[in-house]
Parts: sequence; C-alpha cells; structure tokens
Amino acid sequence: MSSNSFAYNEQSAGGEATELGQEATSTISPSGAFGLFSSDLKKNEDLKQMLESNKDSAKLDAMKRIVGMIAKGKNASELFPAVVKNVASKNIEIKKLVYVYLVRYAEEQQDLALLSISTFQRALKDPNQLIRASALRVLSSIRVPIIVPIMMLAIKEASADLSPYVRKNAAHAIQKLYSLDPDQKEMLIEVIEKLLKDKSTLVAGSVVMAFEEVCPDRIDLIHKNYRKLCNLLVDVEEWGQVVIIHMLTRYARTQFVSPWKEGDGLEDNEKNFYESDDEQKEKADKRKAYAMDPDHRLLIRNTKPLLQSRNAAVVMAVAQLYWHIAPKSETGVISKSLVRLLRSNREVQYIVLQNIATMSIQRKGMFEPYLKSFYVRSTDPTMIKTLKLEILTNLANEANISTLLREFQTYVKSQDKQFAAATIQTIGRCATNISEVTDTCLNGLVCLLSNRDEIVVAESVVVIKKLLQMQPAQHGEIIKHMAKLLDSITVPVARASILWLIGENCERVPKIAPDVLRKTAKSFTSEDDLVKLQILNLGAKLYLTNSKQTKLLTQYILNLGKYDQNYDIRDRTRFIRQLIVPNEKSGALSKYAKKIFLAQKPAPLLESPFKDRDHFQLGTLSHTLNTKATGYLELSNWPEVAPDPSVRNVEVIELAKEWTPAGKAKKENSVKKFYSESEEEEDSSDSSSDSESGSGSESGELGESGEERDSSEDSSEDSSSGQDSESESESGVQSKRAAKKNSKPKGKSGCEDGEKENEKSKTSESSNAESSSIEESSSDSESESDSESEAESRRVAKVSTPVFVPMKSHVLLHRMSGKGLAASYYFPRQPCIFGDKMVSVQITLNNTTDQKIENIHIGEKKLPMGMQMHVFNPVDSLEPEGSITVSMGIDFCDSTQTASFQLCTKDDCFSVSIQPPVGELLLPVAMSEKDFKKEQGMLTGMNETSAIIVAAPQNFTPSVILQKVVNVANVGAVPSGQDNIQRFAAKTVHSGSLMLVTVELKEGSTAQLIINTEKTVIGSVLLRELKPVLSQG
Amino acid sequence: MIHSLFLINSSGDIFLEKHWKSVVSRSVCDYFFEAQERATEAENVPPVIPTPHHYLLSVYRHKIFFVAVIQTEVPPLFVIEFLHRVVDTFQDYFGVTNVGDQLPTGQLSVVPWRRTGVKYTNNEAYFDVIEEIDAIIDKSGSTVTAEIQGVIDACVKLTGMPDLTLSFMNPRLLDDVSFHPCVRFKRWESERILSFIPPDGNFRLLSYHVSAQNLVAIPVYVKHSISFRDSSSLGRFEITVGPKQTMGKAIEGVTVASQMPRGVLNMSLTPSQGTHTFDPVTKMLSWDVGKINPQKLPSLKGTMSLQAGASKPDENPTINLQFKIQQLAISGLKVNRLDMYGEKYKPFKGIKYMTKAGRFQVRT
Repeated sequence: MSSNSFAYNEQSAGGEATELGQEATSTISPSGAFGLFSSDLKKNEDLKQMLESNKDSAKLDAMKRIVGMIAKGKNASELFPAVVKNVASKNIEIKKLVYVYLVRYAEEQQDLALLSISTFQRALKDPNQLIRASALRVLSSIRVPIIVPIMMLAIKEASADLSPYVRKNAAHAIQKLYSLDPDQKEMLIEVIEKLLKDKSTLVAGSVVMAFEEVCPDRIDLIHKNYRKLCNLLVDVEEWGQVVIIHMLTRYARTQFVSPWKEGDGLEDNEKNFYESDDEQKEKADKRKAYAMDPDHRLLIRNTKPLLQSRNAAVVMAVAQLYWHIAPKSETGVISKSLVRLLRSNREVQYIVLQNIATMSIQRKGMFEPYLKSFYVRSTDPTMIKTLKLEILTNLANEANISTLLREFQTYVKSQDKQFAAATIQTIGRCATNISEVTDTCLNGLVCLLSNRDEIVVAESVVVIKKLLQMQPAQHGEIIKHMAKLLDSITVPVARASILWLIGENCERVPKIAPDVLRKTAKSFTSEDDLVKLQILNLGAKLYLTNSKQTKLLTQYILNLGKYDQNYDIRDRTRFIRQLIVPNEKSGALSKYAKKIFLAQKPAPLLESPFKDRDHFQLGTLSHTLNTKATGYLELSNWPEVAPDPSVRNVEVIELAKEWTPAGKAKKENSVKKFYSESEEEEDSSDSSSDSESGSGSESGELGESGEERDSSEDSSEDSSSGQDSESESESGVQSKRAAKKNSKPKGKSGCEDGEKENEKSKTSESSNAESSSIEESSSDSESESDSESEAESRRVAKVSTPVFVPMKSHVLLHRMSGKGLAASYYFPRQPCIFGDKMVSVQITLNNTTDQKIENIHIGEKKLPMGMQMHVFNPVDSLEPEGSITVSMGIDFCDSTQTASFQLCTKDDCFSVSIQPPVGELLLPVAMSEKDFKKEQGMLTGMNETSAIIVAAPQNFTPSVILQKVVNVANVGAVPSGQDNIQRFAAKTVHSGSLMLVTVELKEGSTAQLIINTEKTVIGSVLLRELKPVLSQG
Repeated sequence: MIHSLFLINSSGDIFLEKHWKSVVSRSVCDYFFEAQERATEAENVPPVIPTPHHYLLSVYRHKIFFVAVIQTEVPPLFVIEFLHRVVDTFQDYFGVTNVGDQLPTGQLSVVPWRRTGVKYTNNEAYFDVIEEIDAIIDKSGSTVTAEIQGVIDACVKLTGMPDLTLSFMNPRLLDDVSFHPCVRFKRWESERILSFIPPDGNFRLLSYHVSAQNLVAIPVYVKHSISFRDSSSLGRFEITVGPKQTMGKAIEGVTVASQMPRGVLNMSLTPSQGTHTFDPVTKMLSWDVGKINPQKLPSLKGTMSLQAGASKPDENPTINLQFKIQQLAISGLKVNRLDMYGEKYKPFKGIKYMTKAGRFQVRT
C-alpha cells in the first residue's frame, strides 16, 4: 500500500507540472492543484470523505475531481471502493460520473467491480430508456470476463427493447463483448441478425458497424435487409451512413455484375485499331445484353443525395461507392463534391487529395474542369502542396501543359524548398509524359541548374539525368554544362548523377570525361559514399573505352577504393578490378566487361506514387497508407455471373411478423423517422422504380407524417409538402406498385400502426410509463394524427391502431386434404388495402410435398349475397418446403357468414372456407371518455346488451381485462377516469357502426359487461364470446 | 473505432486522455512526437501516422493536437471529421463563459437535431449570408483563379417545432451545395427551396459554391514593387491597396500579411494609415490597414535590410489579403423570402449579407 501510494504521488506530482495553463479548460476546481507530496495524500483522504458524506453536492464535487484526475492520466484507482459505493446513487449526475470511473478502472479491480453489477442489472430494467441504455453501455464497457454471460443476456434483452435508443446501444455492446470474448461470436451473430431487421434509422448504422466488426463475411445476413438499408440511408445519422455505405459497396461488388463496359477503363478510349469488325460487333452485343440489377441501381440512386452532406466522411464514402460500383459514365458527379471538400481543414484536404490523386491517374477527365482548384497557395502546408502537385501532374495534357508549366515556374521559386524540389520532379514527369514539351522542360530544367539554391540544382540534375537517359543522342551540350557544375555542387545525389551521366556518355564527351575523372580522383577520399561508387563506375567505363588516357588514373582510384572504410566500396573496387584489369587469373567474364558496363540501360519510368493505389478501396485507411491496415476488408472483383437476385426479396410474412407483438412485454417498437420510410415490402419483381417523381395516392403518408412531426397541429398543412420528397416518391412508387400487384398489405401504414399500438398498450398498462421525451411526445401526437386521418376518411369515428394482434392462425386447408398443400389464415387486424369495407386476411401457403406446386390461385367463389372478396395474385410456383404469405380482403357485410371458395393449384381444386370470428369484423376506434359516454347515451334500449360475469379478483385487474378483451375483439381502449370501469370502442368494418364495450367492476368479484351497438346481432354474438373469456381464470 | 484520445498542447504535454476501450499507454504518443519533430512545423505533421500496433490519426486546432488511437481499418475521414466535431463541441461548451455548470443532458427527440419543448419570449430567426472570395492574383494583376464560396449561418430562436422555408431570387447561381441534415434535399432538388425544421440556436444551414461560369468580381487590387539588388544590402518595398469592383460599398477590415524571404533581416517601413509589424524571427510582415478610403489610398513603403554578402533571394513574397465588405454578397445572391409553418406566432426575421476575402493571395 505504501509503495503504491508513493508511486501514485510521484506520478501525479509529475503530472501537475504539465497541466499548467490547462486549468482554465478543466471542469475540476484547481484549488491545491500544485499539491506537494503530503498535501496530495491529504487530498485523496478528503475525496474519500466527500464521497462518504451524505450530501450529494459534496459527492458530485468529489466525482468531478476524480474524473478530472482520470482525464489527466493520473492514477485514481485507490479510490475504487469509495467510488463504487455510489453506483446506486439516485442523483443522475453522480451516477454518470461513477459510470465514467467504473469504465476506466473495473478491468484493474475486477473483484470490487463485481459489487456494482447488480446495480446495472437493476438499471437495465429502469423505466427510463436513457438509464437502461447507459447501464448497458457501462456493463459492456467493464472488461471483466466473469460477467460475459450477464452481458450476453443483457444484450439479448436490450436488442428487443421498446426503445430504439436502447437497441442502438445493444448494437454497440455487441462489438465490445466480441472484443472481450470472441467465443461469443455465434450468439452475437444471432443478435446482429435480429437487429439487422430493425427498421429504426437509429439502429441501422450501429448494427452494421457491429456486423462489420464481428462477421463481415456473412453477406447472407444482408440480403433481406439490403433494400431496407438503401431506403433508410438518407435518414440514418451521419456516422451510420459512412459505415453502411462502405459495407454496401463491398456487398454490391459480390452480388452484381460489372456495369463497366469493356474499354471503358481506358481514359483515352482508344479503340483497338486492328480489331476486326466482327469482334467489335460481338462486344457491342455483350454491351447491349447488360442490364443493371434494379437493386444495384437503387443503391447508386439512393446514395447520390448524400454527396450534399456537410460531413466530409459521408461525401467521401459516397464518392468511393460511385468509383467502385457505378457505371463509369456516372462517376463524374462526385468530382464537384470532392473538390468542395478542399475548402475544409487541412486534415480533410490531405485525405481527399490523396483519393483524388488516385482517381485522377485513371480518369483525368473527371477532374480536368477543376484544374485550377488544385493550384497551390503559398500558405498551404507542404504535404498539401505536394499532393496538389501530384494531381496537377496527373491532369497535365497537351492542351493545358503550357498553362501548367507557367504555374510550375512560380512554384519552383517557392520559399518552401522541399516543395520546389517536388515541382522539379513534376516537370520531369510532364516532360516524359507529354513528348511535345520534353524539350521545353529540359531547357527549363537546365536554366534551373544556375539557380542559387543547391537543393533546386541538385533536384534538377537528378531529373535531367533521368530525362537524358531516355534520349541520350543529342544532348552533348547539356552534359558539358553539367560537368562544369561538378565544381560547385556539393549535394551527393547530384554529384553522383552527373558522374553517372558522364560515364554513360563518355564516348560522346571524350575530352571532358577523363578530366572529370582526374578531378574526382583528387577529391575521392572526401566524397560521400554514393559519389565514390560513381567515381569507381566512371573509372571503369573510361578504362574500357579510353584506357590510354585513364589507365593510371583508374588504377589509382581502385587503390584508394581498396582501402576505403566502407565495405561496399571495397567490394565494388575488388569486383571492378577483376573485371576490367586482365590478368592470368581473371575468368571468362572480363572478356565481356565492356558489354557489362556499357550495356544499354533501361530508362527509368517516372511514375506517380498513386498509380494502382485503387486496388485498395478508396477512402480507407489502407488507401491512405498504401499498405493493408489491420482488419482491412478486401473489395472483391465483380462476379462473372450475378448470384441469384431473388435472395433480396422480402416476403410479406416478415412484415406481418414485425408488426405483431411476439409476447406481452417484448414488443418491437419501430421508430419515428423523419423523412424516410422503413418499408420492407419492396416487391421482388419490379423494384426497378426508376421514376423519381412518384404520383399516386399518398393517404397513408399524410397520416404518418402528421404523427411524426411532433404535436403541432399546423404541421399537417406543410407536412404534405414538407415531407421530404424522397419519401414521397418512394411512396408513390410503392402505392403504384401496390395498385398493380393488388396482393400486398399496406405495408407502410401497417407498420406505423403497429408502432402506435405498442405505445398505446404500454400507456394503457401504465405500469411502467416511459418518462422520456421521445415516447411521450409520440403518444401525445397520436390523437392529432388520428384526427387527421379521420378528416381524410370522412368517417364517423376515427380508426386507431389495433391494441393487440393475436397470432392465432386458423387452418384453411389441411395438408392431408390438400395433397401436400397446406394453407392457414389469420387476421392481421390492419385496414384492408383492397377496400374500405373489407377485412384483411393473410393466408400462408405451405408446400409439404417434395415437388414444386404450381399456379396456386383462387378458383370458384361461393359467397352469400352482398359478400365480396378480393383474391390474391396467383402464386406461380412454390418450392418444396417453401412457404409464402399472401394477402386478400373479404367484405363479410358485418356478418359471421362463411366465405367459401376454391383454392386451386395447377392440377387440383380444394374447397375451403373462412368464417370470421366476430371480433375480427371490427376496427378499433379512438375516442375520449366524454365522446364514449355521449355515443353510449344514444345507443340504449334495443341497442344495448349486457351480462354479469363472476370471476376471481385477480382476473379483474385492468391489464388482465384489457388483454382478454383485445384478444377476442379488435377494439380500441378508451382512457377512463374511473378505476372500476374500462371502456373499449370499435366500429364494424362494413358499415362503420359503433361497437362500444364497457366492463364495470362491481362488488364481490362480479363485473357487468355492457355492449352498445346498432348491429345488435353481432353485438350479442360478441357478448356471448366475451363472457366466458372474462370469467375464466 | 476510436480506441483512445490524447490531447497534446503546443509544448508537447499530454494534458488529457480518454479511453473508450482498454487503456492504451501514453507512450504510444512517442511515435507522434517523432513525426512532429520530423515535420518541423505543426501543420506539416501527417494526419495519419502508422505505428507497429496502432494508427494515430490527428487534427490540429487551436494549437492543440487531438490524437486518436485506432487499431483497425477505418475510413480516416470518419475519425478526422469526428475529431473536428469534438473540437467544435469543446468550443461551444468551454467557449464564452468558461465551463457550463450543468453536465450536458442526453436528449432524445423525434427530430434528432432539435430538442423538444423549446420556449422563447422573443421569437427570432437571423440568417447571415457570408461569401468568401478565394483568389490567386499573379504578378501583373490578372486573376489566375478566383471562386466564390458562401455559407448561410443561422441563429434561430423559435418556440416549439417551427418549419421554415427559405427561397432565393436567383437560386441558379448556386452550383454546388451542402446542407445541414435538417434540410429536405428533394425539396431543394425539385423547387430550389430550402425547407427545414431548424436546430435550436446557431448552426450552418448551407454551404455553397457559386458556379464557375460567372466571372468573379475582384473588389481590391494591390500595387506592389518589391526589389532586391544583388550588390546592395538594401531592398525597396512598396505596396498600395485600392478598391476595384466594390458595387459602391466600403472595404473594411483590410489586413495584409506576407512571409518575407529568409534573407531579409529587418524592414523599415512607413504606412500611410494603420499599423504594421515585422517579426525578424519568423520574417512575417503584417499590416493592419483598416478601411480603404478611395480618395487617399493606403500605402506602405520603405526599405528592407538584407543579409550582407548573401545573394539576393530568388523569390518575391506572396501577399495574403483579408478584407470585409458589409451588406454585399459579391455573387449577387439574394434571399427572396422566409416563411414559417407549424407555429402560430409571428417571428422576427433578419437577413444580413457580407463578403470577405477567403484565401486571397497576390503573387509578386
């Protein structure tokens, strides 16, 4: 202990000095910050006391100081026991800070940390979603392996939480648990799979992030969610957008065929001249055959608006998506946005310029119009300057080179010499790339040889050497000039380059070369190693071509080299001597010495360092570093043949399941989105909805937006227009499709309904009402939204959402009697999209045979008078073990009469029938208690039926009654001011007559059940059905 | 994604650290210090530094390095943009009156960028249209490149959930735009109207770029004569700033800054107005000119003393100019109207225009 605290104090004393001047920005009171050894000890004592005090303010103060210590990197671990006691504090501020502390130190103090776990477990059940979320966050951040099972459980539960915010945090926790214990992978993938289905924009980004960390190779989990993700994308928060776009880029490269036409990659579009006409025609045919997968198009289309994002990372993500998966002709749109980012901070510029550099090599055309945006300013940091220069070089062509060279002249004069040197390299590259200006550039560079700055001269020499190497014939003059430079220039690379040049061309400058050798022989010992090697080379070459004049000089140099300190030079000396000086021991090689030394050497290629860098996905860390970073996910090549696109089709059944609460407490709550839709029922066949401007009715849309906009009444007016047109068009497409297909439920409104329903059941249970703003505001707004839909539908009563949807399905056709075809139906309790007066029915068809069943459709109908039926679209074929859910609508005319019809396959017809339970002939209605009483007052006498029920008291709690009633009938709960009375309201589907149900508790475990309705027949049937249910135990 | 964050001040002290996963030792910053040393200047420190086990991604603002420690592949802009947002938040939080008392409360709202239950007694919405001219002017005074970048900054203090629309007289001027997430993109695409539920308080509604077809009016010119002579250790220096195309508005807040060549030891200058300084260490000349009076153009002239014996500098310094013009958007952009829906009260609305120099350089 004592040694511990000693270490701590020493460390903190060291830390104190560094925090000078930072106090102003710290949350921590600076008093006594410069404590000496002793006062520091005291300070901790005093913190402990504060933490044990019973005043929250003292505790809060202490926690602030402690968190401050952590932030400064000081050791505060000895306070652990004192801090952890406060984990259950009622004060939320203290709680938050204790959480911060725990996350930092739990790993070091595992045993003590375990004391806090039960608090978190309790907090995970807190009615406040913020507390649930933060408890999960801390629990998953405590890296104590022993609690892995607890974390796993918590994540599972949170992933089914009503609050999307908590579910988002569940997705975050997945990654943390995975890094703590990779063995949990399989279970975590299950959670990821579930969360991927989530329709909340809040969750989407986080779960995809988890997916990328835990199981990026499980592309199969994405299929069914692909279209949803594309459609949600605009409304996901910025950071989520980045992650999703990167993931979808990889996805697209595995699932779609290349949209790039052959020869497209060539910037110059040079047609192969010798290509025969036939071949060309063949190619053209291939081209014609390509049709982009609608899903591929969907992704490209839906990401485009994000180029306008204020977030540089989002813009870059879209840019790389276009680069990697869009047809080449469409990639152009990204240039403008990328250029826009160049106005941003230097770090953003740095990354963006790197990516532009890579792109501009392959596709000059994209950035040529923005040439001037890459002009260098003297205030740019050097790294930015050199990147801009790189891009300018890539963009240089015959047309703009003269302008560029003028610009380069300014750069060469820059005070930033490193940049000036880079400019010279650039001029060299332009000279080799564009033959028209080679001579101009060379002359310019030669002029630079008389520059005062040595770095500039040296760089010029090096570049000239490379240029001359490419066309050695006619440049004797320049070589002579360079030979003179040798007297003045000291930079080793430049001296070495000159020597090499003279050596290579020694026969063209026969007078100068030996003289240069003479001079350098004199200075040999004081030269840089690099230069020494070149002197040796020069000597060797001269010895071979002009031994008369240089034999002795060369031998002198070889002798110097023999005793050089550097072994490389000694080595080289020995090697050269053996080769060029013939003696009896020298082998066969010396015969070829001249060939070896004076061989034609290939000219160096002056290439961009960004060439081929796009084999890394653009926008990634790996691309920036030009090496594969840890965890880099390879972008696959386009498949030759696209994998089955139908894997992305989403069956209606999934939708139905989504709306339906799985159990009493765990209900999926979808979130309020601002503009987009979470529609999942994109249909298989025709999602090619290229038409951006959707028309068609939007009635569902209006109601929804009214609800989404917080409670303001006026919002209805503008929400119709203010509703982002993205979703308008989508819904337009959707409704058109629905109209065409006539076989789908109204996905959108259905989904929203499900949401409201959840809220309502929750608030009416009111046992654990959310105290958070999000839930409240939405349930507040509910009534408004309802009033709007009422106004629209011009009905007496406004339809609300079902409180509960029983999953009970009824057998329509048993597999034994259906020759392997089984069919069941259930009532989704959604307003029917096929007609106002119809009841929605969902039919699930199962193929239990081992053969395809083809052409499943409805044949002859035998319906009672007035009854109508909207059949589902024929199912072309159903695979063995396959199952499909289809929707139909039946107008039962508010009666419980049976609808009989034939269910046919290609070969057989089976007679089946549906008889609706009376409770399914209703649609729930929202009304106030006052309205209820008023309506009830008008439906007395003949219109009222009642019964007395006897049951145990535990069956008469409000929640039990609610549950039982809504299980039987699709009615809406009416808020009640009296504890002993519960009211429910609904209307009949066909005629819209009200159906009012009242349960009034009496003394002695009895209750009165009253039903008021004009439709006395179904009223009394309903009474008959409800009575036994309510009295049951 | 981000493992840890270190804040390093200009004297190289790590004064704050935060770890989101297990603790990464401070010593990882040594790699950063090495890179910093190599870069000599702070702004040349590479934003991405690979180390054997981590990657260090950093941003430099307010003379502080924000160094994020990363372990695996991540889009670097993701981290960089995030760090900049962190700095923005710090600025907001620590900004005017030191530290807020209240810890920030986590809030969840239906409209993610706007808190619920906003109430004001005075409801006001102010919009500032600010345009910046980025230009490079060559020696002879002709424009090498010039473009206009604009922003609309808003300060909206409105009760409830107002829904605003803002329209322009000449939206076609806007060539490239980027929006605050509150702006409905499709509405812009189809009608060229900005329709949005604003965040509460200050925010940047829109950034835009004016289309390149429109020639950019350059409101100022700089006449300069800077000469070094080989033989003498004295050089001559004279610059004059004058108005060019100002649409009749006054040019204010003019400052001139120039990085002089290393060979310049000192300068002895007399301004016709304003104050000037020359730092012999950094060789930075700055002249705070103030307002330009077209009748009497401001000038700065005098001599430069050069290092004796040294050859004359190759290059002439570039001049960086700052200025402001009130009540003018140089592109001619004009707001047509601002309407509010969704709330009943009548808000007070205000629009202000301003033109500024952005990166405005004159080569000499």
